Order: sequence, then structure tokens, then C-alpha cells
Amino acid sequence: MKSSVIIFPGSNCDRDMDVALKKFGFKNQMVWHNDQSIPKSDLIVLPGGFSYGDYLRCGSIASKSKIIRSVIDFANSGGLVLGICNGFQILTETGLLNGILQQNKFLNFICSNVFVKVKDKQNKYFKDLKKDVLELHIAHNEGNYFCSDDELKSLEDNNQIAVTYCGEDGTENETTNPNGAIKNIAGIFNKNKNVLGMMPHPERMIDKYLSGEDGSLFFKNILDNFK
Amino acid sequence: MEVTEAIAIDHGLKKEEFSKICELLKRTPNLTELAIFSAMWNEHCSYKSSKKHLKKMHTKGKQVIQGPGENAGVVDIGDDDAIVFKIESHNHPSFIEPYQGAATGVGGIMRDVFTMGARPIANLNSIHFGSPQHKKTKNLLRGVVKGIGGYGNCIGVPTIAGQTTFDESYNGNILVNAMTLGLVNKNKIFYSKAAGLGKPVIYVGSKTGRDGIHGASMASATFDDKIEEKKPTVQVGDPFTEKLLLEACLELMADNSIIAIQDMGAAGLTSSSVEMASKGNLGIKLNLSEVPCREEKMTPYEIMLSESQERMLIVLEKGKEEHAKKIFDKWKLDFAVIGKTTNSKKIELTFDNKKVAEIPIDLLAENAPIYDRPWKKTKLPQKLKFDKDEFKSLKLSDCLKKILSNSNISDKKWIWNQYDHTVMGDTIQKPGGDAGVVRVHGTNKAVAASVDSSALYCFSHPLTGGKQIVCESYRNLISVGAKPIAITNCLNFGNPEKEKNMGEFVECVEGITEASKYLDFPVVSGNVSFYNETKDKGIKPTPTIGGVGLISDYQQMLTMDFKTEGNLVYVIGKTDGHLDQSIFARELLNEKKGPPPTINLFNEKNIGETVLDLSRKNLIVSCHDVSLGGILTALSKMCIKGKKGIKINSLKGLTNKYEYFFGEDQARYIVEIPKASLKKVNDILNKYSVHFDELGTVSGQSIEYKDDINLPIEELADVHKYWLKKYMDS
Repeated sequence: MKSSVIIFPGSNCDRDMDVALKKFGFKNQMVWHNDQSIPKSDLIVLPGGFSYGDYLRCGSIASKSKIIRSVIDFANSGGLVLGICNGFQILTETGLLNGILQQNKFLNFICSNVFVKVKDKQNKYFKDLKKDVLELHIAHNEGNYFCSDDELKSLEDNNQIAVTYCGEDGTENETTNPNGAIKNIAGIFNKNKNVLGMMPHPERMIDKYLSGEDGSLFFKNILDNFK
Repeated sequence: MEVTEAIAIDHGLKKEEFSKICELLKRTPNLTELAIFSAMWNEHCSYKSSKKHLKKMHTKGKQVIQGPGENAGVVDIGDDDAIVFKIESHNHPSFIEPYQGAATGVGGIMRDVFTMGARPIANLNSIHFGSPQHKKTKNLLRGVVKGIGGYGNCIGVPTIAGQTTFDESYNGNILVNAMTLGLVNKNKIFYSKAAGLGKPVIYVGSKTGRDGIHGASMASATFDDKIEEKKPTVQVGDPFTEKLLLEACLELMADNSIIAIQDMGAAGLTSSSVEMASKGNLGIKLNLSEVPCREEKMTPYEIMLSESQERMLIVLEKGKEEHAKKIFDKWKLDFAVIGKTTNSKKIELTFDNKKVAEIPIDLLAENAPIYDRPWKKTKLPQKLKFDKDEFKSLKLSDCLKKILSNSNISDKKWIWNQYDHTVMGDTIQKPGGDAGVVRVHGTNKAVAASVDSSALYCFSHPLTGGKQIVCESYRNLISVGAKPIAITNCLNFGNPEKEKNMGEFVECVEGITEASKYLDFPVVSGNVSFYNETKDKGIKPTPTIGGVGLISDYQQMLTMDFKTEGNLVYVIGKTDGHLDQSIFARELLNEKKGPPPTINLFNEKNIGETVLDLSRKNLIVSCHDVSLGGILTALSKMCIKGKKGIKINSLKGLTNKYEYFFGEDQARYIVEIPKASLKKVNDILNKYSVHFDELGTVSGQSIEYKDDINLPIEELADVHKYWLKKYMDS
């Protein structure tokens, strides 16, 4: 499976993502933000970081960058686009995903392990995933997902909510919500479910010496579903 | 404008210093020249009060590639890999403007490291605040933590460990010390020594603005009531630009275009250009009209003194200008050829085609004043005789709870949760342990790092205190299974013009030197911060030690959390029950006198090597050094982290349980031993002839000791974990 990771000035999880993708057998290449086109890929990843310093709003300048037109075209033609953390923020800024990511409820940056519940498995990311609850890692200041009532209803009606923050046993409530996101939302799909944006970082959880290994399941599952 | 003595004094120079300048120059300097002198001769840049004593430090060792005197120290970790590291203070700016002060402290130290060609792989910090009750403390803490996080998180370098303390002596002068470790190929290290004539001098990075002018002089003076007016001297950081600068510099460093490189830190363009020329024994000619400026009509004076952040000065190979420019264009950074190296051994500045300054380099560097300031020895305080009948009214479990919730012992998760500690995907020991550990990317090796200081011990007896922090750092590295390699130090002291403060400095340095020599734990970099004093009140002497160690196989890393029920727990090292200067004495007896615990360097080394041997042979499964708060505090942390209890044995021949459990004797570790390893462990302990106590067995969910203690771990965790959060929310 071929993947491309887009590097924006200020991206800082690009290498981590490259390491993770290659570890599980993706043929990954790095693409610079000023390039006109993206090499042939089965998956495009927008990594975490602070693209263009996150000036104006997180992800907003990246959503107007040269490369982003190709990302949007790729997504609209059904290609898999994954945005992690800042990548998720960029995807909402491009309009590929609904809603916005605002500052965390308690106004602090949070770096911590979290549990997320997989809400939908009818998609190429989570289909046949062995677990329903994954332990992942968050590191963000603006991860508090918000959208209008209409958008929320539409997300729910179309099963576009991908993952929600929860406890180890899957309980979703205020105490298992680290950043105040509406309905504990940690990640969402577009209507066709080929575009996934999520705040947690699976690429930081890929071997037992790190904070955990559930990220491995995520990457392996994408590959399994591609075969 | 004619420069007068009064103007010189306004620039922080002393009367005699100004006369000396005039005498050396054989004329009165113009204002720009005066500014350059004041920037180079202030305490921060010249080390004029400390140099004499710093010379004595132990700075050499088998693994040392570069000792003090460069942007950072470098140590060899095998296979052509080297670690570049340094700690630096940003105390004064952080007190005036906590967010920007702390942020630019982190930015500055990271630049010191990547200037040498290393990619930063870990950040640490040691931050010290006034009493929790003081009205400024909470906001300062909040601002500093946000600033450190704001900068480090954006660059994408994990913050892996730190230290936070509270003490009233920091009420008017907080301390913010930031440390960075970087990884470099030992054959591709870059230095600041210029070489060759007529080589282009390049300015890269951000534009120069009016921020930070007189920053270095501000850092070399004490505070008074008017500190608010000093806000404009605090630099403003832009981590995004620094991230671009980091990537661009590393890209340019991939080939051989760079002869020398120096970041523009304290005293900006002045110190960077003078240092490069001085080290290369050359002259340097700069055309200040070519310096990219952010604001209009900046004068040569302002350009030379600006401390705008995220800037570098590079001496390039001739003919490489276009190649280098292309890289900086790619990253959208300013790039300007602003001068060249010369054989004049002078710094010559022009602006608008006019000469604006000309000073022989040696007057600024080697001829800068060096002072042998008078200092006073601190006598070892007399050991206290505690009235042990008084202890009887104290319940052990109440004492423990009180100590665990003490501001200096309690869990600091509220702080490090705001730092990205997992980016780069190699953090295998997070903050909250004895040391942070990151893997050397793509290898089996890992590097451990810790920051430590013990102001209370140093205040009570600087010589012992100085030794103690080096030992503490040594122990923290060993506790995670790392072999200690070298240290960096940040020497935070009061006013060197006062004999007492100067004495504290001299004796702490002596202690540091003695311990680092004995333990073969050399000092490879560091920084001195004097004048930490507000309205005549100085801080307690607070040298901070940043230690670095190597784990050759990261799978052998140790953590402190108890692992398995039924495992045995030993205390290695002897407990005499030293309560003077302990948290117990302070918190429960309100007793602040007495000497710090004695340091026995032979024991430190022997016991340290014993524990390292045990860990290398995989005979122990968890380890924690015993420090502040004594055995019971250390045990509690191991229980809380492992979510497991311990049954403590009835100890034979115990003189006094309070002394035993809360004494702060040095050179001790608690280790957890699987039963199957017990015989081998005992053999090794006997081979090294070290004292040990069989403390107990990992068991259940409580700490139990005879009828005295029966405390559920959850209850302890509660008092330990939530003090800071509760305080910040209150």
C-alpha cells in the first residue's frame, strides 16, 4: 500500500508518521507542501504539528497551501485521507470535514494517554478491528471538537463519528472527556468515510516500550483492509 | 553624543571599568562602542566574577568530545553517535514576563544545541518559585509552564523530565533553567571558531527588531520596585521560525559549506560576532546596513544590542553563498551576507557607508575584567539534638501523608501534562520518574537525563550541597539503569558583590568539582546566573545539575513502579537517620537548622556501581533512589506508581523509626528483586561489601508496617497526586 505524508513548514509529527507507516509495511514517501502534485498513493496523511505556526487559526493557512488542492481532489475521488491532530484541524479548515477544533476546555495543552471507542467499523480504517476500545495518545491545545446541531445530527445519522473519548471500559461521559469535545468526539469521517480526522496520535503507540501499542492495530488494520 | 561616565554607568558598567575602556582604547568610545563593551563586559557574557573558580572544574573524561567554552558540551556514546547538551538560565526575563521569558529560554538552549549540528531530542527544565502562598506564585507558575510548553511543543521536541520547587527565597526572583539534549554524528559537529580570511559572514533567521535590547545587562543586575519598566528588555519568541531555522540549518550542515556557526543569544550580534572572531584569532568586518531589520530606522546601537530571537551568524566557505541562500529561501528565512572575516583582529562596523565602530577583539574578550571577589566560608552548622520524646505525639502515617502532599514532594503531573513528552516517538520513560529516557532513534541505545538541585542543603552548607547535587544526579541516572556520563550545570546565585553570596558560589563549585572528579562525571557545559536578588534579598544558592547517562540496551531500562506481588524489597546503602535539613524536620518539627546529610563519595561510587551491576545483569525489576523525604516517601512513590502495596518487615536493631523512615542519608537506593534472583543479588551485594536492609515484600494494596502504618495506596495517591492541581485551581 502506497502512502504519502505531506510536510508543511511547522509539521513536527511527519517523521514519526513515516516511521510508523514503514514499520507496518506501507511504501511511504514524503511530500513537500510547495509541490504541485502528489505521487500515486493509496493513502495521504496530514501529520501533526503546527503548520505555518498555526497562525490565524490552527490549520487555516495549510488549508490554502499549494498542495492542498491535490489532497482535496484525491479525497473527492474517493482516496483515503487521514489527518492526525493538526492534520484533523487542517481537514476541517478545508471543509473536507465538518465542524471546528477549538481550544481545550481547561485552556491548557494536554499530553496524555486516552482511551477511545471505535464507533463505526463500516469503513476502510476500522473494518474488522479486533478491539472496540483503543488506548491512544493525545498532545494538543486545540482539540475540543465542536459543530452545529444540524451538523451533529448529520454526523450521527450517517455514522460519521469515528472515535469518541471514553474510559478503559468504554464509558463515555464528562470525566472521560479530556478537552470538552462535543459528544466526546475524538475523530470523524466525511460522508463517504474515506476521509478520517482524529486528534489522537496512533503513530506514538507502536511498540511496547512507548506509551502503548494500540496504534499498531490501527495501522495494521488499514493494511489488512486494503489487501 | 559625547559618551560620559554617567552614560557608561547607565549601561551597567562600573566607574573603574569605564576608565579601563578609555585607557585600553586610548580614547573615549562612541555610544555604539560603549554598548558593545557593556554587552561583552557584563557578568552574563564575561563571567567576570566566576571565571577564576570555574577554571577549577573537572571537565575532562574519556567520553568528552567538547567541554565548556562552546555553544554546548559534547559526549561520545559510541558508534559515531554523540550527545550535545547544555543547561541555561532565563531567570530575570521569566520573572518580568513569565510566558515569553520561559519560552525564549527554551528557544535559546535549543539553538545552542542545533548550532552544533545536533538535532534536539529532549528538553528538560528546572523551575523554582516563591512560596505557594505568595500572591505572585500561581500566575508565574502558570505563565512559565505555558511558555515552556508553548515553545517546546511547537518545535516538536519532547520535554522528558524536570524539577519544580517552591521556597520563599524565590518570591522576588524565580528561576527558570532549561536544558536540551541533541544527537549528532561525532564526525559532523560544528563549532563557533571562525577560520580563514575574507570568508563571508552570513546572517540568517528572523529579522532584527528592537526587542531584548539590554537583555544581557538586565540579567546582570538585581531587581528593584521598577521591574515592570523592564518588560521591553524581554525577548519575544516565535517557535515556528525556530522550527524552520532548525530544519534549514541542519539541511545546510549536511555538506561542508559552514566554517563556523554561532547563535545570536545574549547580547545578540555583538557577542556572536566577537566570539567567532575571538576564537579564530581573526578580525571581523560587518556592514550593519545589510542586517535585515523588522523595524524602520534602527540605529547601529540598536542593531548590535537587539536580542531578537531565532537568528544565527555563520561563517561560510567562499562560493557557497548561493547554495546556502537556496536552502534558507526554501524555508522562507532571511539570508544576508553582512560582512567578512579579516586579519585586523578588530571588529569593524560600518553603517550607511560610515565607520561606526572599531574595537580590537581582545579588548572585548580576553581583556574583559576578571574579578577575584572576596568571599566568606560557610561553617558547617552544628548537628541538632532532636528531642525524641517529641516524636511520640506524631503518628507515622500522618507524617507520611503530610510529607507526600508537601509542595516540593507532591506529584507534578499538572505541569508535565502540558508538555508534549512523546513527540519523536522515542520517549520510553516519561516525566515523573527518576530520569527521563529517550531512545537513540533507530538503535538499541537510550539516553537518560535528569535535572536536580538542593537549595536547602546548599544554603545550609554550600560545600556539602554542591557535592550532594552531583551525587543526586548520578543516582537518578543509575536508578533508570543508565551509566552516568557527564553533567551540565546552571549556577544560580545571589549578588557576587556580597561576600556571603560569593562564598556560596565558590564553595558550591568546589563541592561540585570534588564530586564530579571522584565519580568521573565531568562538567561539559554550563552557565552562571548571578544577581538573583530583589530589593537586597537574594535567593538560596541553587546550582542545578543536568546529568546525562547511557543505557546501551534500552530494554534494560528501569522504572520505579513496583512490578510483582511477592518480590522482595531491599534498601541498598546505610541509613543512619539524618534528620537535620530534612523535609520531616521542616514539615513536622518546624526545624530549619542543622547540617545537610554527609556525602561519602566512596560509598556513592561503590553503591552506584553495585546497583548498575545488578541492573545490567537483569537481577532487579524496579529501582528508585532515596532522597528528599527518606525511605518511606520513596517507597510510597514506588507503590503509587505500581498500584501495589508493601509489607514492611519489623526491622532489627532499629534505633528510632522516625529517623529510619524519614532520614535523608545519601547513597541509598530501593530495589525490587524477584525471588529467583535473590541469591545472585546477595552475592553481588556482598562482593561489593555494601550495606543493605531487607525492607519488605511487595504485597496487597496498602503500605503496612507493624501496628504503625496501614495506609491504602489509593489514599496516598490522592494526597500525593492532587496537591498541585488543587492549588492551581484554588
